[in-house]
Amino acid sequence: MPRKDLLDIASLDRAEIEHLLDQSAPFKELFTRSVKKVPALKGKSVLTLFYEPSTRTHSSFEVAAKRLSADVTNFDVAHSSITKGESVRETIETLQAMRTDFVIVRHKASGLPGTIARLTRASVINAGDGAHAHPTQALLDAFTIKEKFPDPTGKKVIIIGDILHSRVARSTSTILKKLGLEVAYLGPGSLVPRTGPENIRRFTDYKEAMAWSPDIVYLLRVQMERQDVQYFPSLREYHKLYGITEARLEEVRKRGLYLMHPGPVNRGVELCDAVMDYERSLINDQVENGIAVRMAVLYWLKPGAPGE
Amino acid sequence: MEDQKLSADDIAEGVRRLAEAIRERNGDSPIALVGIRSRGDEVAERVLNLLSEEDRELAFGVLDISLYRDDFEHLHENPAIQETDIPFPVEGAHIILVDDVLFTGRTIRAALDALSDYGRPGKVELAVLIDRGHREMPIQPDYVGIVLDTRRLDHVWVSLEGTDGCDEVRISRKETP
Repeated sequence: MPRKDLLDIASLDRAEIEHLLDQSAPFKELFTRSVKKVPALKGKSVLTLFYEPSTRTHSSFEVAAKRLSADVTNFDVAHSSITKGESVRETIETLQAMRTDFVIVRHKASGLPGTIARLTRASVINAGDGAHAHPTQALLDAFTIKEKFPDPTGKKVIIIGDILHSRVARSTSTILKKLGLEVAYLGPGSLVPRTGPENIRRFTDYKEAMAWSPDIVYLLRVQMERQDVQYFPSLREYHKLYGITEARLEEVRKRGLYLMHPGPVNRGVELCDAVMDYERSLINDQVENGIAVRMAVLYWLKPGAPGE
Repeated sequence: MEDQKLSADDIAEGVRRLAEAIRERNGDSPIALVGIRSRGDEVAERVLNLLSEEDRELAFGVLDISLYRDDFEHLHENPAIQETDIPFPVEGAHIILVDDVLFTGRTIRAALDALSDYGRPGKVELAVLIDRGHREMPIQPDYVGIVLDTRRLDHVWVSLEGTDGCDEVRISRKETP
């Protein structure tokens, strides 16, 4: 069954996930051609609605849509507010009138992309909603891991940082579990939720987490802008306790672990400068793969198909 | 109406005819065979095997044209994409596109577009195992293995060993509506 929208990872079954990951590889291969564009979405329109600032995800979607020959319009919502019910409706009416085929939404309110999806025939892609989901990030993370481990079953991923507020942690751990990987969380007690999926180990101590023998270290961004409450004493303290310091980088290198980070990185907080040159850092792979995965998603969704 | 069939021998004969025609017309000049997925790649491989027996140099590639189709609007689900592999420089090359069945010509239109995104070939020709007629585009083959007389609504099912497990062509006759 074709899908109209991509709102989260939880509602995808394993076959759909595997299909999207398989389909991302031929898109990535296009990047090596001199002509990186294909005509698959020629004449289709893509509207981006980013109510939260984002450079990486926004431009990644834009590049993906353009490489599929779609027309991209960036809806300027920097100064408008969609929190009131009325303005959501107005926005939807506008995009209906524009006969938009795809809408890419980021908003601080969990569930808002789903609301838009129900009210329009356009395909809606959630580019991050509150602490709920960020499905294309999860897909690109899974794709990046599968490039290194074609059969990732049983591989262990430790996700470090602010789990509580992180839609990346939520979506990425969901997809990794669905693909048969083991996931654990590490972070300050105040930022690692005590409730949640039972089969996810929780650590508050870096050494204990390393003793669990992970294959991949996934660092979350410390979200400076989202911390209205202090969850840890200071950034320096965070770096000392949970960051990849130069000493820890040596250990990571000795163990041959892969390092991932959804970007943008806060140098000196989640990781030290030296990590940027670490040979098993997958951070740049994640950026490149993000475009391929988003192309696969745009190509896969069918505007006008029955929604959920 | 009853189904018509072509045997493995008929297919082998068709492939042989293609190889012979390509050899005759091109002598020893360098050519590249590019098979269109799926099944065109297998036909191209067989032609390549026959031609390379004579110890001549041939380039080989496979092309997936899914992203260049013109019928997305009419499809329930978009076709799965497979990898394209063109390991030689397209620029200036003499390329022979190879497909299993030539019907409306739309696949070949898409293949020409796809190919041009890899470079500007010196010359492009078309070789097909089966020409079943009913073109919807101004496209004609340069090399043909088998000519099949069909009606517009007939279905031509090609099975090939490597893709489907056996060599066989079935034509199911549809009554004209």
